[in-house]
Amino acid sequence: MANEVGVDVSKIAVGEVGPGCKKVDPILIADGVKRQFGGLTAVDVAHLEIPRGLITALIGPNGAGKTTFFNLLTGFDKPNQGSWSFEGKDLAGVSSYKVARLGMIRTFQLTKALSLLTVIENMRLGAQKQPGESFFTSLIRPLWIKREREITETADSLLKRFKLDAKREDYAASLSGGQRKLLEMARALMSSPKLVMLDEPMAGVNPALTQSLLDHIKELKNTGTTVLFVEHDMHMVRHISDWVIVMAEGKVVAEGPPSTVMKDQAVIDAYLGAHHDTDLGTLTVSTDTTTLKSTAQETD
Amino acid sequence: MDILNILALALGEMISPTTITFVLCAIGLSVHFGFTGLLNFGQAAFAAVGAYGMAIGIITFHLPLLLAVVMGLVASALFALVLGSPTLRLRADYLAIVTIATSEVFRYFMTTIGFAGVTGGSNGLSQFGKEFWAMNPIPEGDYNLGFVSYRSDQLFVLAVGWGTIIVGALILRLLMRSPWGRVLKGIREDEDAVRSLGKNVFAYKLQALMVGGMFASIGGMIFVLNLSNVQPQTWTTNFTFTIWSVLLLGGAATILGPIAGGMIFLGLISLTQGIMGGMVEMGWLPFLTQPDVAQIRFILIGLSLMLLVIFRPQGLFGNKKELQFNG
Repeated sequence: MANEVGVDVSKIAVGEVGPGCKKVDPILIADGVKRQFGGLTAVDVAHLEIPRGLITALIGPNGAGKTTFFNLLTGFDKPNQGSWSFEGKDLAGVSSYKVARLGMIRTFQLTKALSLLTVIENMRLGAQKQPGESFFTSLIRPLWIKREREITETADSLLKRFKLDAKREDYAASLSGGQRKLLEMARALMSSPKLVMLDEPMAGVNPALTQSLLDHIKELKNTGTTVLFVEHDMHMVRHISDWVIVMAEGKVVAEGPPSTVMKDQAVIDAYLGAHHDTDLGTLTVSTDTTTLKSTAQETD
Repeated sequence: MDILNILALALGEMISPTTITFVLCAIGLSVHFGFTGLLNFGQAAFAAVGAYGMAIGIITFHLPLLLAVVMGLVASALFALVLGSPTLRLRADYLAIVTIATSEVFRYFMTTIGFAGVTGGSNGLSQFGKEFWAMNPIPEGDYNLGFVSYRSDQLFVLAVGWGTIIVGALILRLLMRSPWGRVLKGIREDEDAVRSLGKNVFAYKLQALMVGGMFASIGGMIFVLNLSNVQPQTWTTNFTFTIWSVLLLGGAATILGPIAGGMIFLGLISLTQGIMGGMVEMGWLPFLTQPDVAQIRFILIGLSLMLLVIFRPQGLFGNKKELQFNG
C-alpha cells in the first residue's frame, strides 16, 4: 500500500529507521523510562523521540503500556527510573500541572468533561495566565476582567471551530459522548499548546463525528502544533499520522511512516496477530464519505 | 399551648447567635464541599480553633480584640495547612477520615490538664468578652422587634453576627464568580482534568480549606463572644453534623443556601420542640414525656433531612438544572 500522507522519511528520522531512532527535530525525548507495577513491567522504553510539528500515532495492543507511558510523560504517574525532556527541559519528577504549563497538554481516554460547569466555563478553564485565578487578585474584578474577555474570545472561536457554539451555555453533562471528546480537545487547545497528547480521541465517537475530529487533528498540524495520539483505529492511524510508533508489552517494537510500519513483521506479530491478512480497506486522504463507507464495509 | 409564644420563640431562634454561628460554619463548609468537593467532617474543629485562638489571644497574650480575632484566623489557616498538607493529595474520603479524627483530637487536646494554664482545660475560658461588650454602641434598654424583644447587648451580637454574614456572603460571591472560583468548581468535578490544564490543584484545595475554615472560625468566635465563655464540650461531632444538615438543607453549592438553611433548620428545631412540648403538656401525647420531646424532634429532623436528600438532593436553594445529571 502506498504511503498516502506522502512522508519523506529523511526529513523526519536521522539514519536508519527503527525502534528508538533519532529524529531530525525532536520535541520530546525519553530515555530508559521504566514503570513497574509489582512484578509487571508496564513500560520499558529504552529511547524514543517524538518529531516536532508532525502527527505521531502511538499504537499497540491492549495492555501495551501506551496510556501508562502517557501518564508518565505528563507527570500523572512516576516511573521507577528514566528521564525525559520536552523541548530540552528535563521533565523527570515535574508535577503534572507544571508539565501542562510548559505547553504539553493531554486529554484522557475516559473523557473528563467537567460535568456541572457550562461548556464555555470548561473552555475558559483551559486558558493559562489568568491573573484572576490567584486568590487575592480574584477579589478585584478589574484586575482580571480584561484577560477574561480575551479568553472568552479565544474560547468562542474554538467552540465555533469545533461546532459546539450552540452548546455554549449548556452544562457539559448534557453533551453526548462524542461532543465531550470534542470539548475536551477544544479545551486542551485553549492554551495554544506546543504538544497535544490525545489518549484515544476516537473511542466511542460515532463515524460522523470521527470525520470532524480527524479534520481537527489535521488542522492542529497545520497550525504548527505537534500531536501525539494513542489510537486503536488503524484507519485513522493510517490517514492522519506522519509517523507511527508501535508498543508491545511496554517496549517500543517498531516505528516509522505508517505504510512501512503496517508491513513490519514485528508489528504484525505484536499488534495485528492472527488477523493480519484481513483487508484493512483502501482509503484516501481526502476522507469525506469514503471513511464512512469503508467503516461500514469493515464492520460487515 | 401558647402558639404565638412558640412561633415567636422559633422566629427568635431563626436569627439567634447560635443560628449565626451555624450559618457561618455552613458557608465555610459550602466552600469546602459545595464548591471544591472536599469532604470535611471536622468543621467544628475550625470553629473551635477560631474561638480558642481569639480567647487565648485576649487572655494569655493580652491582645486587643481585633488582633485576637486576627490571631484566631491565622490559627485557623495554620490548622488548615497542617491538616491539608498530608491529606489533600489523597482521595477525598481520606480527608473525611482525617478531619473527623483531628477535630476529636483537638477537642481532647483542649481538655487536657497539662495545657490547662492556657486553654482552661475542661472548664474552658471566660472573661475575654469585656472589650467586645464595651464596643456596643446601642443604648441600654429593651428593644421590641414585634415578635420578641431584645436587650441592647443581645441586639449588638445579632447586628455584628448578621453584618458578618452579609459581608462574608458578598466576599464569597465575588470569589465564586471569579476565575479562582471556577478552578475550585473544576476541581470538584474532576481534579485530574484541572491538573492537566496546568492548575496547581493541591494549592487550590489548600486555599479552599483555609478560606472555608476561616468562615467557621469567625462563626466560633461569635458563638463564644455571645456566651462570654468557650467550652471544649461545645465542639463535638454533633456540632459538625448540624453544620452539614444546615448546608444540605439549603443547598451545597450556593451562597444563600447555608443562610436560609441555617434559619430554617434551627427555626424548625425550636418549633417542633415548642409544639411537641405543648402537646405533651396538654396530655395529647400520653406516651411521651418532656425529655422525650428533645430526642424525638431530632429524629423528625433527621427523617426530614433524609427525605430532602432523597427527593431534593440539590437542597432548597440549589440549581434544579444541576439535578438532572446526578441521576
